[in-house]
Amino acid sequence: MDFRHSEDRQMLADTLRRFLAAESPPEARNRAAYDAPGHNAKVWAGLGELGIAGALFPESVGGFGGSGFDIMVVFEELGRTLSVEPLLGTLMVGRALMAAGGRPALEQIVAGSAIVALAHQEAEDGGLATTAIRDAEGWTLNGAKAVVAQAEAASLLLVSAVAEGRPALFLVPADAAGVSIRGYANIDGGRSAQVQLDGVRVGADACVATDGAAALAEAEAAGLLALSAEALGAMDVARDMTIDYLRTRRQFGVPIGKFQALQHRIATVLMEVEQARSAVINAADAFDHKQGPARDRVLSAAKYTIGATGQLVAEEAIQMHGGIGMTWELPLSHYAKRITMIDHLLGDQDRHLQRYVALGKVA
Amino acid sequence: MDLRFTPEEEAFREEVRSFLRDKLPARLADKVRHDQRLTKADLEEWHRILNDRGWLASHWPVEYGGTGWSVVQRAIFEDEAAKAHAPRIVPFGVSMLGPVLIKYGTEEQRKTILPRILDGRDWWCQGYSEPGAGSDLASLKTSAVRDGDHYIVNGQKTWTTLGQFANRIFCLVRTDPAAKAQEGISFLLIDMDTPGIEVRPIMLLDGEAEVNEVFFTDVRVPVSNLVGEENKGWTYAKYLLTYERTNIAGVGSSIAAFERLQSLAGSIRRDGRPLADDPLFAARMARVEIELANMATTNMRVVAAAAGGGAPGAESSMLKIKGTEIRQAITALTRRAYGPYAQPFIPEALEEGYNGEPVGPEDAGAAAPAYFNNRKLSIFGGSNEVQRNIISKMIVGL
Repeated sequence: MDFRHSEDRQMLADTLRRFLAAESPPEARNRAAYDAPGHNAKVWAGLGELGIAGALFPESVGGFGGSGFDIMVVFEELGRTLSVEPLLGTLMVGRALMAAGGRPALEQIVAGSAIVALAHQEAEDGGLATTAIRDAEGWTLNGAKAVVAQAEAASLLLVSAVAEGRPALFLVPADAAGVSIRGYANIDGGRSAQVQLDGVRVGADACVATDGAAALAEAEAAGLLALSAEALGAMDVARDMTIDYLRTRRQFGVPIGKFQALQHRIATVLMEVEQARSAVINAADAFDHKQGPARDRVLSAAKYTIGATGQLVAEEAIQMHGGIGMTWELPLSHYAKRITMIDHLLGDQDRHLQRYVALGKVA
Repeated sequence: MDLRFTPEEEAFREEVRSFLRDKLPARLADKVRHDQRLTKADLEEWHRILNDRGWLASHWPVEYGGTGWSVVQRAIFEDEAAKAHAPRIVPFGVSMLGPVLIKYGTEEQRKTILPRILDGRDWWCQGYSEPGAGSDLASLKTSAVRDGDHYIVNGQKTWTTLGQFANRIFCLVRTDPAAKAQEGISFLLIDMDTPGIEVRPIMLLDGEAEVNEVFFTDVRVPVSNLVGEENKGWTYAKYLLTYERTNIAGVGSSIAAFERLQSLAGSIRRDGRPLADDPLFAARMARVEIELANMATTNMRVVAAAAGGGAPGAESSMLKIKGTEIRQAITALTRRAYGPYAQPFIPEALEEGYNGEPVGPEDAGAAAPAYFNNRKLSIFGGSNEVQRNIISKMIVGL
């Protein structure tokens, strides 16, 4: 048993932390986060030079990492600086392509030279409704995808669609005829888009998998781990900012950290963040050492924990900061927003609690 | 990062399991599993079995009869023993007084007292709390006044767990009433059969009397029974409390309790289906199960840090709070699982060999007493609020 990261992995984390602290401090991050393209091209290029995308993938596809703990340290660091760089798309699309047997695009993704987005979430509730119809030359796609992260910045979209009764996956150039992308800023920074597919024609080779259920499951598993780790990194910072504020903010002639009402709240926050760290460690371990429902159950446990703890940490951090915690100017408020919004991605705490129960019956 | 145990540790776990299979009497495990009441003889039996194997004092050095185990081995043993429904080791001599004597006692005290703890000749109890000194332990008033080569002790201790079985008590007493609260306290060992000591049981809300009041009226105690230096008792008391908090997370016993809840929810029917299929109850159980899995890893992180030489700071308070919250949540769900059958109060059914007609499902009568009894978890050993004060002091520093 050893709860320290390997030297290589710790070096990767340290390098990434130094780079993001220097290149993406809070003001610079906020400048890039809300206007198109929704991230900072210079930071993205820098991440490419550091080979961060490669850390998310195994050697078999040209990376140099790809274990659960590699994903954990990278996304924890991204969370610590509220990075809006599109690495979640890199991870999820890359993992789906890996599971589907690889594609030329995978090389660019692993090298960090292509920005990609997963267009899976449907605009309307009720399951996968986007359709793909086969003909002699290829496929025609029709449908509407919602809140697709970083779709404006992406050159390629991985689109899920029902084809011949199965959930198939297609790589679609973002500038293909019939693709319309209506982008918008998110409240927690970064941009997403509604993606409309109207009679989009793609070649036969655009179909990555005629049955993409397994590939989607792999993408989701990696995405759950990544988002949980990202939230953990952001929660660590929000907690530290709050501790610092309790020490320095004075009211009634004393630092407010002298008040027991606040002492007990921060103690609870500290405790729950450590429990959340354990949940993410369990998830990273399961990602490497478990399969199928047993793995997914641990991932759902982590995402549930992160959702519940994230809400606690975000709300408490704002509350303990008082009025200043309500301001756009204070970096803390942006941490609170990101931590909260992560609960809305890939299923919230209730969904994952239910999934945890359901998987317990099959695992 | 590697969550697996080494092959040596796994082999040790196997050795512990095989010992428990061979030596843990089924009768005792059954009583623990069904929340039945353990007698003095039950507790002494398990104490003796462990001592015969040399596994009783898992955190004493080998030279005093300890196991010399690593912190990881200790955690494995505690985990396996709890999962096998072994009774808890009565902690007052083995886990509390023993370490204090090993660190602060005289060689004479170690030679005479430690062997008697191991072989069970002495049953120690803890004289810490007083009616006016609970969380604020340093405000204790029981006095010890020097008279030649004796102290004369007067005062009252309370919440003395299993004091009715004890022949000896270690006490915090005030030896310098003029000093600041923490500075006038001494650590004194007292024979329970000394004239002037009276033990009165306190019946708790579950109908059981596991704790007592102990009254001292002009009790003469030889000065040689002082541990360490006079007026330095607070240092030893704090040291003891860190031991009181070892294994405070109680992960193994919470896992065992959760497994019982799961099997209960699978067999009890509510509205025509197993309770486990009720989505709300299933979600409540899942939340606790997830917290427990997180806790198990948090606990191992602290164990691993301790194995690497780190001193647990805020962590032991954290483990105490979360560990007890989780355990209380499990006992609350267990109580609720029985529905109306949690209400009937038939204490004799909790004794071994009860032959009366049962009311409701098996063990229904134990659920509410166990739930109410376990409210103590967040109160004793430093209430969970005091633990939050400690955490905050360490991290905010104010």
